[in-house]
Parts: sequence; structure tokens; C-alpha cells
Amino acid sequence: MTWKALSTFQWETMGPEIILIAATILLLILELILPKESKRKVIGWIGFISLVASFAFLCTLFNHKPTQLLYGSFKLDSFSILFKFILLIAAILVYLVALGDEKIADRTEYYTLFITALLGAMYMASSSDLITLFVGLELLSISSYILVGIQKRREKSTEAALKYVINGGISTAITLFGLSYVYGLTGTTNLTEMNIALSQGMASSNEFLLVIAFVLIFVGLSFKIASVPFHMWAPDVYQGAPTPVTAFLATVSKAGGFIIILRIFLSIFTAAVLNEKGVTIFENMQPVVGILAALSMIIGNTVALKQSSVKRMLAYSGIAHGGYLLVSFVSLSPFMFESMWFYLLSYAFMTIGAMTITYNVEKQYGNDSLASFAGLGKSNPILAFFMTIYVLSLAGIPLTAGFIGKLNIFMSAFVTVKGFYWLGAILLITTVVSYFYYFGILQHIFFREGENRKIRVPATHLLVILVCAVVTILLGVKPSLAYEVFHKMEIIKDFFAA
Amino acid sequence: MNSTFLLWFVLSPLVGLILVSIVPEVSRKAAALFSSGITAVIAIYAFVIGQDHSILKDWSMSYNWFQFGKYAVDGHKLFEVKFELGVDGLSLVMLLLTAIVSVIAVLASYHLNKGTKPFYQLFFILQIGMLGVFASQNLVLFFLFFEMTLIPMFFLIGKWGRFESEKAGYQFLIYNGLGSAFLLFVIAVLLARTGTSNYSELVTILQSGMNTVSPISENLKMALLVCLLIAFAIKLPLFPFHRWMVNVHTQANPAVVIVHAGVLLKIGTYGLIRFAYGIFPEQVHKMGTILAILGVVNLLYGAYIALVQKDLRSVLAFSSFSHMGIVIMGLAAMNSAGIQGAVFQSVSHGLIAALLFLIVGMLESRVGSTSLQKISGLAKVSPRMAGILLFGAMASLGLPGLSGFVGEWLSFVGLFESHKIIAAVGTLGIILTAAYMLRAVLAMTFGNTSDEIKEVQDLTAFEGMASLVLILAIVLLGVAPSIVNNSIMASVDFILQGLGGI
Repeated sequence: MTWKALSTFQWETMGPEIILIAATILLLILELILPKESKRKVIGWIGFISLVASFAFLCTLFNHKPTQLLYGSFKLDSFSILFKFILLIAAILVYLVALGDEKIADRTEYYTLFITALLGAMYMASSSDLITLFVGLELLSISSYILVGIQKRREKSTEAALKYVINGGISTAITLFGLSYVYGLTGTTNLTEMNIALSQGMASSNEFLLVIAFVLIFVGLSFKIASVPFHMWAPDVYQGAPTPVTAFLATVSKAGGFIIILRIFLSIFTAAVLNEKGVTIFENMQPVVGILAALSMIIGNTVALKQSSVKRMLAYSGIAHGGYLLVSFVSLSPFMFESMWFYLLSYAFMTIGAMTITYNVEKQYGNDSLASFAGLGKSNPILAFFMTIYVLSLAGIPLTAGFIGKLNIFMSAFVTVKGFYWLGAILLITTVVSYFYYFGILQHIFFREGENRKIRVPATHLLVILVCAVVTILLGVKPSLAYEVFHKMEIIKDFFAA
Repeated sequence: MNSTFLLWFVLSPLVGLILVSIVPEVSRKAAALFSSGITAVIAIYAFVIGQDHSILKDWSMSYNWFQFGKYAVDGHKLFEVKFELGVDGLSLVMLLLTAIVSVIAVLASYHLNKGTKPFYQLFFILQIGMLGVFASQNLVLFFLFFEMTLIPMFFLIGKWGRFESEKAGYQFLIYNGLGSAFLLFVIAVLLARTGTSNYSELVTILQSGMNTVSPISENLKMALLVCLLIAFAIKLPLFPFHRWMVNVHTQANPAVVIVHAGVLLKIGTYGLIRFAYGIFPEQVHKMGTILAILGVVNLLYGAYIALVQKDLRSVLAFSSFSHMGIVIMGLAAMNSAGIQGAVFQSVSHGLIAALLFLIVGMLESRVGSTSLQKISGLAKVSPRMAGILLFGAMASLGLPGLSGFVGEWLSFVGLFESHKIIAAVGTLGIILTAAYMLRAVLAMTFGNTSDEIKEVQDLTAFEGMASLVLILAIVLLGVAPSIVNNSIMASVDFILQGLGGI
């Protein structure tokens, strides 16, 4: 590339990513040149600053017009901006939790890997080419494999890492296998070109192949969002991994999974019209995704009932929440983007908040069982109060973000002419089932007697807990704060623009 | 009168919430009484002023809350959820009931001696929820307040009750959560398919059959109505959804039960009239006979079980359940007398149940039990308490001149007009009610004074005051039922218009 080509290149569109790449390199170099005895926490704070800078840069891009770079493999549109917004907010919060983590605070790679994993997820949001999408996916996956196993002397952490790697490997293989079919059919890896190729009638004669591709890709990617059929890793990994990593997997990684699913499925399969039926492959496959969503909600919420470890419980509830989001995805309605965006955003706040408190309780009592929460209302009323907010939000009680998110998902499911009533009904019934375990936590906190131990919470954690609680309530009381950000963008128009 | 009046009214319990959080423990109960008193004064003021219905329009307020999507038709925003408050005569009656019952509950909670701070905090949140339910003009807002009663109630039942109150709290949560789920389903479908959740806009859209966003077929309407009926049947409760309610009545703290029986059950009546009857009149009309049968089953089944209970609390629990049957019978009649009767019965039962559970609270704090076997001869030891108990029983069984009679009378008159045979079967319930009430109350008041109650003191000043308020209200409604009936007339007529326009 000549100098001229480089200077006309629109660098600012990739600004957030470039900041993160630079930070990663800087962190690695610092690790090498800093004397052995100096504290590594400094490195962590530098990483934190880079995340905030990246977020600030992203905010300046809000009014940027849609742009494509690098032969369409990098795309800056409202979809990518809005979803990177969630990724960065969640990552900043998770990172703050990690900074308060004393056990692993002296490991530089811990901080670096968070940033590379985030980079992978962000690249997925911005890519419209299968190659870069896949690279982003793998960057996210491989970084998180290591993060899960970073406490290599702890048996549970190692076990979790191994499970995660093996499951992840299998799922990646399945995804790739599915992608190979659509590549074979269309001869291109660019999603926009694929969209055009498929909409010109190629789909009808190859319906069977496309259906196989659809199922394979979906099954493979369900690993990332921890939904049926690839959900079984979640409880073990959530429990075994260090809690900041768990929070990362539950929020950033899950959001990344939904981002890639939206990109691939909406770009490819909504265009593939089957002439004789007059429907697209996506509409054809709606029942399948619907069943998987229903299974996720049912399995997640019923198995969570029997858990005594809060982290495992949150893992199963995460599976259920993945199912809720899929309800919105499957409906393919005008509210789809909006409801998934809002839900992922509010889910990030409530989950990170709940995880942070669980982490501190676990640190004080030695385990994260429900019994550790007993009497928290007396011994640590402030933590108990915040935990109540998160739990109520997860349960979808009004005046919290969780309720508005759920209502929006219902809107999405019911607004289309055919209306996905059964999925909506399953969502509602399983929500009531989820009251059993969510309120089980509150029951332990407020009704049971426990040891009267004060929990000392690190300052960064306190900040996270406070921010998460305030935003959870704020989005429940005045959801227009978030919706105004969202409605500034023409996401549907941008997404489907060639 | 400015238009934020209702907002301040609904939020007035915040005064109490703040006061009980900051004042020292000695004056906490006084602060709670003060705050609930303020709300009651506002409620009475609103009720009196509001008798001139033309003023009610000025009170309604609307505030842009949030919007899903950014769609609009002809400059009219779709999928917008507004913060809309407004009242009519029916709401005013319910609001007044809520405010009065809340004062009584605060007085009844004076026996409480530990954990008063969280108790009153939760109580005032609950009160905001109850007031909001009756004042909201928007389904989403209604649901918000509806759930705001659910969570505090769960804690209030679970933490301050008898031995098995935790279980009762859970049962309350799950049953009502299920009810809320049905309700939310209806609300979400209506909002998604019509683009609005405003109550009066929905009435217009559904009755005219306009197609604003997505079509709503006749089958869907019927399904939505059934969901609504289930949602409010759980709240009311109707057979076979009553287990939770009996457990709450027998396990929770008496002050909590007063609110529960006095107001929360009435949300069921209110919701049925406002939403089921208001939005789906055509479909409701087809359900008349089923509702009437369900009402009679409720009345007889509850009364029959109450007849064999060994504890005053259980008797009263099944009595509440049984009396809700009369409400449903009145509603099933689908005529002016019936619906008026249903509302009247709800209000009157709220007052009577509050009075009876006030006595339960007194007995529990003194004797520690309300067992019919342990307590007898109350009239000798504490004649005033026994007298009030007898008065409550008389009101409950429908003695003419007291409020219970008017509600029953109107409901039966209504039902005899539309379903003669079912109503005739239902009259058996009146006899059964008299039987179980007298059986329980006579056993307690007369006979040999049992050892457990030898030392029992008669009413304290506060208890006397609380009882007096309720007794006056019950007598007043009994001799001048028009106080309630005039207020609700316009609302009932509106509902009947919908029902009759078929």
C-alpha cells in the first residue's frame, strides 16, 4: 500500500479498535520492560484507560455515516456502533471487577486477554465478511479459553478451561462446516454479495443445502450464547472460572454471540427466497429456532431451581435469558433489533452487578452456595439491597430494566401478523418458574439467619455495584434514556443497505 | 385544582416511607399513622370533591414516558407508553377504601415490636402500589403498580407472620406471579397489536374493530378475555385458585391480612370490571352463565368449608373466599343491580374483613391464638371486644342495616334477573354464612371463660378508635348505600353501555 492509499484511508472509523490494538501491544511491552518486583496493577489501569478511551472514541462516531473499509470486510454502520456500545460498557464494568480481584491481579496476561477478547467481539460487530467474522469469533474464543483457565493451580479452573476448549472446538468446527455450504453455493465470503446472490433465485434449487447450513451454523453459534443445544458447558465453566471472567462470558461473550448470529442469519437467510413457497429460508426455519428458544427457556429455568451454587444458578438463568433473546430473534419483527439491544444492555448491568456481589460473598464465606447469602440482609444491608435490585431485574419485575426489556421482547413476538403467542406464553410461564429461584436468593438474604460477618468490598467493586444498580433502576424508570440513543440511528435501513 | 393532584395523591405514602426511615424508633409508629392519615384525608377530600364528576376530567394527567420503536400514523405516535393517571367514580371509591383500610392496618400493626422500620417501609411501597392500581389509565402503568403490590407483600407475609408464613409468602408470590403473567400476556398482545395501551383508546379500537397495527381475530379476543379472567380469578380468588389466599389469611400478620383482604383482593373485582368488562364486553357476555356458576360454587364451597374450621382465622379466610363468590355472581348478572352489587360487596367486605382481622390481631397479641377451642366466654372478660366481634359477624352475614346486606341484596337481585335457577341455588349460601359465622362467634363470646383468656384486657384507646371508624363506616354504608352507588353509577352505566350495545 502506498502512502497515498494509507492517508486517504478513513482511520477514524476503526478508531476504537485501533486504540485497543495499541493498548494490547503496549501492555505486552510493559510486561517485558517493567522490573519484576514492580506491581502489575499499573498495567491493569493502563488497560482500563484504553478501554475508556475506546468507548469515548466510539461515542464520537455516533453521527458518522455508514462506511465500508477494506473491501467490505470492515463496516461501520448503526448496527455495529450500537452493539459495540454494549460490548464496551460491559467490558469496562467487567474490567473494573477484574481490577479488584486480588488473587490474579498481578498477572499481566489477565488484563491483556480481556482486551483481545473484547477486540474479537468488536470486530464481529463490524464485519460483513465471513473470514473476518470468523477471525473475530476465534480471537474472542481463544482469549476466553485462556481466561477461564488462568488460575492454573486451581483444579476447578483447569477443569472448566478444558471443558470450555473442547466444547468450543467442536462448536467452531460445526459452524465452519455450515459456513462452507453457503460459501460453496455462492462462491463468495462477503455477506452483501451473498445476500445478492441468494436473492436472485438460487435458493429454490438448493433449499436442502441451505437448510443444513442454517441448522449447522445455528447449532455451532449457540455455543457462544449458551443456548440449547450447546448449553451444557455454561454451569461448569461459570462456576470454575474466576468470577470476573464469568461475568465476561455472561455479558460480552454472550452479546458477541448474538451479534454474529444477527449478522450472519439476517444477511444470508432472510434473502434466500424459496420461489414456490414464497417464503425465505429464515421464515421456513422459524419453528426450529422457536423450539430451541423454548427449550432454552424451559431447561434453563427448571434446572436452575435445583442449584445451590449461586454461580451455577446464574449460569442456568443465563441459558434462559438467551432463550428470551432468541424469542425476539425468531420473530423477525420491526422491534427485533431494538428489543435485543435493550435486553443485552440491561442484562449486562444486572448480571455484572449480581456477579460482583456473589464474588464478594464467595470471598468472605469461602463458597458461593445459597447458604452463604443467609442473613445478608442483617450483616450487610447495603449489599443485600443492591442484590435485591439485580435479582428483581433478572426476574423482570417492573421499575427495573429487566421488565422493560421483557416487555419489548413481547412486543417483538406479538407485533407480527402471525404473532408468536406460544413462545410468548412459554416465556411468561418460565418467568414465573424463575421466581422460585430468584426469590430463593432473596429468601436467604432476608428471612434466614446467618453468620454476622462484615464483607469488605474493594472500591472498584463498590463503583461497579453502584453503577449497575443505578442504571438498572434508571432504565426501568426512564427507559427512554436508552431508547433515545437507539432511535437516533436508522438501524434497520442501515443493516439491509447493500 | 392542578393536574398533578393525582400524582401527589398516589405518591403521598412517600411521606411515610421517608419519615419511618429517618425518625427514631419511638416515634416510628406515630409517623406511620401520620402519613397514612394524610393519605386518608386526601382520599376523603378527593371523594367529596369528586362527587361532581365534571371535575374529574381536570384531574387526569398524561406524561410522555417512553416509546417502543419510532413509528407513527398521521402524527399519532404508535407503541407509546404514557404515564397516565385519571379517576372516575369507581376508582374514587376504591381509593377511599384503600386509604381507610391502610390507616386501620397501621393501627393494627401497633402490636408489632420488632423490625418495624422495614415493615413500614414495605407497607408504604405497597400503599403506593395499591393507590396507583386504581388511578392508572394505562395498562402498562396498571401492571407496574400491580406488581408493586406483589413484591412488598411477599416480604410482609413472609417475614412478619406465623410459623409457616414463609411458605405462605412463596405461595402468594407464585400464584400471583402466574396471574400477573396472564395479565402481562394480555397487555403485551394488546399493546403490540393496537399500538396503544391507553385504556379508553383500547375500548374504542376493539369495539369498533379498527385495524391499527395487526389484526385481532375473534378467537384471539376470546383467548385474551380468558387470560384476563384467569389473572383476576387468581387475585380475587375464584375456585380453584384459592389455596394461596387461605394460607395468607391464616399465616400472615393480622395487619398484613387487613390490607390483603381489605384491598388487594378487590383489585380482582376492579380489574374484572375495568378490563374484562370494559375492553371485551362482547366476549364477556358469552361467559355469563359460567361466571354465575363459578360464583355460586365459590359461595357455597367456601361457606361449607368455613363451617368445619377450628380456628377463627381459618373461618374468616374461607368466609372471605366465600364472599368473593357473591362478587362474581353480581358481575355475572351483567345488569345494573348486579354490577353495583359486586362493587358494593367488594367495598363492604373490605371494611368488614378489616374489622374482623383487627380483632384477630387483638386476640393474637393477647392470647397468642385464635383457636375456637381455646377461646370461650370472651363477653365476660372483655365485653367491648366481644361486642365488636359480634357486630363484625352480623355485618358479614348480611344483617339488614349494615353494609354487608346491601352488597348481597343487590348482587342477588341482579342475578335473579338474569339467571334465576343459579341464583336460587346461591341463596343457600346466605344460610350457610349465618351458620358458620354464628357457630364461630358464639363459641368464642359466650360459655365458660376458658383459662387462656382469663387475663385478657379489653380494648386500648387506639384499638377502640380503629374499630369505631370501621363500625361507623359499615353502618353508614348500610343505611345510606347511595354514598357508594351514586359515585359508581356513571362508571357502571358506561360498562353496561358496552355490554348492551351488542
